[in-house]
Amino acid sequence: MGFLIETSYLLTAVVFILGLKRMSHPRTAPAGIVWAGVGMLVASLFTFLHPSIVANYGLMVLAIGIGGAIAWYTAMQVPMTDMPQMIAIYNGMGGGAAGAIAATELLKEHFRIEPDQQLATVQAAIEAGADLDIVQDFVLHAGGTSGLVLFLAMLGAIIGTISFSGSIVAYAKLEGKLEGAIRLPSHQLINAVLFSVVVVLGVIIVSSSEPVPLLLILFFVLALVFGVMMTLPIGGADMPVVISLFNAFTGLAVAFEGFALNNSAMIIAGTVVGAAGTLLTQLMAKAMNRPISNILFSSWSAMGGPAMEVTGTMKAIDPQDAAVQMCYASKVIIVPGYGLAVAQAQHKIWEMSELLIERGVDVKFAIHPVAGRMPGHMNVLLAEAGVPYDLIFDLDEINNEFETTDVALVIGANDVVNPAAKTDPNSPIYGMPILNVDEAKNALVVKRGQGKGFSGIENHLFFLDNTRMVYGDGQKVASELIAAIKEF
Amino acid sequence: MIEGFLSLYIFMLAAFVGYEVISRVPVILHTPLMSGSNFVHGIVLVGAMVALGHAETGLEITIGFVAVVLGAGNAVGGYFVTVRMLEMFQESKKGQ
Repeated sequence: MGFLIETSYLLTAVVFILGLKRMSHPRTAPAGIVWAGVGMLVASLFTFLHPSIVANYGLMVLAIGIGGAIAWYTAMQVPMTDMPQMIAIYNGMGGGAAGAIAATELLKEHFRIEPDQQLATVQAAIEAGADLDIVQDFVLHAGGTSGLVLFLAMLGAIIGTISFSGSIVAYAKLEGKLEGAIRLPSHQLINAVLFSVVVVLGVIIVSSSEPVPLLLILFFVLALVFGVMMTLPIGGADMPVVISLFNAFTGLAVAFEGFALNNSAMIIAGTVVGAAGTLLTQLMAKAMNRPISNILFSSWSAMGGPAMEVTGTMKAIDPQDAAVQMCYASKVIIVPGYGLAVAQAQHKIWEMSELLIERGVDVKFAIHPVAGRMPGHMNVLLAEAGVPYDLIFDLDEINNEFETTDVALVIGANDVVNPAAKTDPNSPIYGMPILNVDEAKNALVVKRGQGKGFSGIENHLFFLDNTRMVYGDGQKVASELIAAIKEF
Repeated sequence: MIEGFLSLYIFMLAAFVGYEVISRVPVILHTPLMSGSNFVHGIVLVGAMVALGHAETGLEITIGFVAVVLGAGNAVGGYFVTVRMLEMFQESKKGQ
């Protein structure tokens, strides 16, 4: 029986890795996720035969039914614009599950049996004619009492629990239920103390000779609180980094619980995700030109000196004239940002682009790595609208094309096109790689009003001589542009 | 002791595999990748089933039950969200 299960886990690990590998191209990716899905199905079906599972089969099926049904329903309903918060929630569920597993394991006494006692118990069990599977399970678990394994289980409990409550806060922020960055006085000091207490409690729990439920409860509650406190001060624009960090956290937590349960499928899958999430987090932080610690522990406004004075004025243009400008252009690059998602304007923008393409205009889309609320968020929205992926380019691919571009149309993006990142050393975003919209022959910026936008940083692009502002809601402006292009 | 180290080797090798596999994924697919890897750690469901399967006291059963609900939610939600997103990516007609 054990052999069958291990084989199924091995197979699952293989298809998981192959499935993720297929994610490297849009053409192969859909099959990749199906492979991984089959792996998951096989692993969970074979787990019903696991020697450690001796009871509660009915409850198990019920729990899978409840969790699966809710998740299936929400996954099919969620609109593409709300994808980041949904992924945050599913990720949090994984972290919570890892935390809960740790809780049941840390509650179990047989984790802490001394070697002589182990031997005596096993001998007694065999003499009494116990099933070999049960004895084997006992030895596996009691043998796993090594300090390292217990320590890893505890570490997984902390990480998973933080990921659980942190993801819920991230969800609330992205959903607009929690506004802005919330910080208490000396917030980071409180967090440091809180975290130290959690770790100390964890060490006490794993080194005490028998489980102390009260300590365990305190341990988990404080870890939950820490997850909330850690995420509260982080603003919405930094969410791509946070979501991808929590994804890595859950992966690691799953791997650590895999050590505790002696389950190689969990170790491998969890670790692969942990590494992948870490890499993604690094990429995001690099795209913002800020170390991860800076994103997590400080706010933008706390940095830099007085901002450079902006010269010039913002010059408005009406949609009709903007449309004419694009019709005469031979090359147009569209730069979408989170504002596009808010206005749900992706379909209209693609309709407009198709009209321009019919007229022989070369239309491309340029996407900044941190545009939107999760890595690659804009790509998904454009794909939803039907934009073919070979028209979508990322920063490195397209940045030197702006010089030869007649019109760059910025819609709903702000900081990622702010030339202050190149010119003003006092700007909080100085050094962040930006899309070089300022180098285009003409820039059109679709914006709701004259305000400074999400980060509160003045955008120098808006004041340049060759920049024109098209004021209005993204979707409404797009409709007007379409009408004007049709009439032209 | 040796067995413990064996697990650590698995851990180390899996970390390298994850890093290498993911570093080849283009920016355009980062969201599906994230939700795909989110699905992969849904394997926590298997551990949750084991935890519930040998839970004895009422408290253990309750926690185990919650673990399985959450684990199943992670796996199922992560899967369907990823499939939905990947279905949308298409090449332009002129490219075919």
